[in-house]
Amino acid sequence: MRATVLVRPKPTILDPQGEAVGAALVHLGFEVQDARVGKVIDLEVEAADAAAAKAEVERMCEQLLANPLIESYEVEIVG
Amino acid sequence: MVTYPGSQDDRDALWALAALDAEAVPVWHDEHELPDLDAVVLPGGFSYGDYLRCGAIARFSPVTAAVCEFAAAGGLVLGICNGFQILCEAGLLPGALLRNESLRFVCRDVPVMVGRDDLPFTGRCSAGQRLVLPVKHGDGRYVPPADLDLAQVVLRYVDNPNGSVDGIAGICNAVGNVMGLMPHPEHAVDPLLGSDDGALLLASLVDAARDRVLAAI
Repeated sequence: MRATVLVRPKPTILDPQGEAVGAALVHLGFEVQDARVGKVIDLEVEAADAAAAKAEVERMCEQLLANPLIESYEVEIVG
Repeated sequence: MVTYPGSQDDRDALWALAALDAEAVPVWHDEHELPDLDAVVLPGGFSYGDYLRCGAIARFSPVTAAVCEFAAAGGLVLGICNGFQILCEAGLLPGALLRNESLRFVCRDVPVMVGRDDLPFTGRCSAGQRLVLPVKHGDGRYVPPADLDLAQVVLRYVDNPNGSVDGIAGICNAVGNVMGLMPHPEHAVDPLLGSDDGALLLASLVDAARDRVLAAI
């Protein structure tokens, strides 16, 4: 089963990378009010069903893929 | 002195500790047990290529589990730069270290202020003392947990080089036997290198380790 994990800096955490990307987009002429940069992790996992896969990947997020102090995460089971 | 794949400052730290009359030995990351040690130093560098987050993968090296046990038993542990990041990721110190606010790698001597002098790492310093130490990092912006006890702040930057919250440059755990800092004391043990203020911190650690050995005899 394939899973996609989206890891984002929490709203309270300063994201200078996002600010730099936002400023660069404005420089190109785009109207951008805010930009935040996170990361995507694609996984292939063994699981009985989508719910089990999601629970398993969420445990991975808690233990390694995201740092709960500074990052939030979202798990999508692609199928 | 623990060496992870990608550690960089381990030899400088070994040299600096030896110059301060410590019997410093290298320990490879693969070791499941530490030799008979009085203190552990985790050096700077880019362990495991800083993959995922700085220090996130080094947490899984066998030696890190041994270091956690050593710390839990009250052993003295000092993490410098990447070593600080590893201690945070391993849960031995609170908080996290993120990309510098400027997005630039900073590499220069910076003044820091000593917050407390009652620790095994600061015995030779005095509270309020100003030390000049080199920093060289791209990910040194310290973000504390909301409930950080400010008494755990050991060092603060005089001019914040990386956007750390409250200018925090170094912290210790609640008990005071584990400390992490972004500046590099091991690169500042000889006036020829610009400053020997780092020797005050490292020699404090050597003193404390020696005192413990003598107390145990």
